[in-house]
Amino acid sequence: MSDMQFWGYRRKEGRAGIRNHVLILPTCACGSESSRIVASQVKGAVNIVFNTGCSDVAANTAMSQKVLTGFACNPNVYGVVIIGLGCETVPHAKLREKIQGMTSKPVVSFGIQEEGGTLKTIEKAVRAARDMAAEAAMQQKELFDISELLLGIECGGSDATSGIASNPAVGELSDLLVDLGASTIMSESIEWIGGEHVLAKRASSPEIHNQIIKVCEDYEEHLKAAGQDCRAGQPTPGNKLGGLSTLDEKSLGCIRKGGTRPIMEVLEQAERPTKAGAIVMDTAGYDISSVTSMVAGGCNAVIFTTGRGTCTGNAITPVLKVTANKHTYQWMEDNMDIDLSEIVDGTKSIKQMGKEMLKDIQDICNGKMTKAEVYGFSDIAVDHVCRYV
Amino acid sequence: MRFNALLMDDNDNVVTCVEEVSAGQEVIYYRGDQICKIQVKEMVPYCHKIALKTFEEGDEVVKYGELIGKTLQKIEEGCWVSDKNIFSVPRDYSSEYIK
Repeated sequence: MSDMQFWGYRRKEGRAGIRNHVLILPTCACGSESSRIVASQVKGAVNIVFNTGCSDVAANTAMSQKVLTGFACNPNVYGVVIIGLGCETVPHAKLREKIQGMTSKPVVSFGIQEEGGTLKTIEKAVRAARDMAAEAAMQQKELFDISELLLGIECGGSDATSGIASNPAVGELSDLLVDLGASTIMSESIEWIGGEHVLAKRASSPEIHNQIIKVCEDYEEHLKAAGQDCRAGQPTPGNKLGGLSTLDEKSLGCIRKGGTRPIMEVLEQAERPTKAGAIVMDTAGYDISSVTSMVAGGCNAVIFTTGRGTCTGNAITPVLKVTANKHTYQWMEDNMDIDLSEIVDGTKSIKQMGKEMLKDIQDICNGKMTKAEVYGFSDIAVDHVCRYV
Repeated sequence: MRFNALLMDDNDNVVTCVEEVSAGQEVIYYRGDQICKIQVKEMVPYCHKIALKTFEEGDEVVKYGELIGKTLQKIEEGCWVSDKNIFSVPRDYSSEYIK
């Protein structure tokens, strides 16, 4: 045991949850509205709005299934109520069986076509969710070592303060957590491009070094095959206004949020880590999609750096938003959790701020809600290989 | 004396200003412990980059000690370096693999 612990919920598989949600999970877009209504009726329930799950090629179906099963298995989830339509690619019973093969937490499912419409489905689903929420409320918290924590690291709406201050401070936080035995995931592989050779220096083996380079090369090739260039969308117009002129400049700032410790594993999107320590995941630079993939990979909490300001939140995993842009913090204080601008002013060091954030993360683990969490925000975006069919 | 720009690496040829600066104003930054100054020739917004040397077209722009792009045109010392006058260079991945 390290000298840092948190109070969490033990899952049957042994992992630690920092929240105890009943998740109302649609199988596809058609179940999303019913899921929203069920969650609004049941205290302790959260819902996901899913924009995909049908009329997809096999690779897209595989991606949405990884996200749905990953959400269900996330240790912050106590139990799952699935709502499907009936004619989607993977119907509710099949998804339920898949999830039951991966976790022993309570899972039930309903189909809107089988039940005779949304009202009848919602009635049954509310009853099931109500009973699950009542049981969840009985679960007592247990003390876990901080090494049980899996933290996702994200940046979005970046400006030049991100690379200068907030990302290196979060990198410091990541190093401190890894040194305590915890694990962190840094994603957004499009934002490694231009800095991939720097990131690869942190690889714990030549294989991992080459995997990091290959992820970037493959991403560019994938876009080229569709006649596209990542440099057309990156940096975003907001990034450019914030002083980030090229993808390379953005990337070199972005990768600093992952810290300096050896990279132990390179994950595909929405994949659960098999190693501990500093981990990277191949995801889009689109922040909402990247957070979606890390939550599906099992992240308990996400720390999110921004320069321009963002309001995003995730239903399953608390998202803690930090900025080193003083104007943004003050102007958007209703959405920002932590002000790191003292780094830019030169009154606090990156190391000092990293250490202070360790306490903030412990508070979040112990149940303190982030601003986006209090507002009940539930943003997700599932990455696609190609068009719907 | 208060600094108003940051040099991220000793090899950088641009600095990032941490407040908006106007033409004629002096920008102060640290290179290690040493205080450096440069006169700015045009308005540069908060968080944007200032050229520490005169770049010819096609010159390399370095921040964090790494290449962040090449210049599209001549940029004079003390002028604003932005997405309008530099561009990203395609990567040569084949040279980056460990054989």
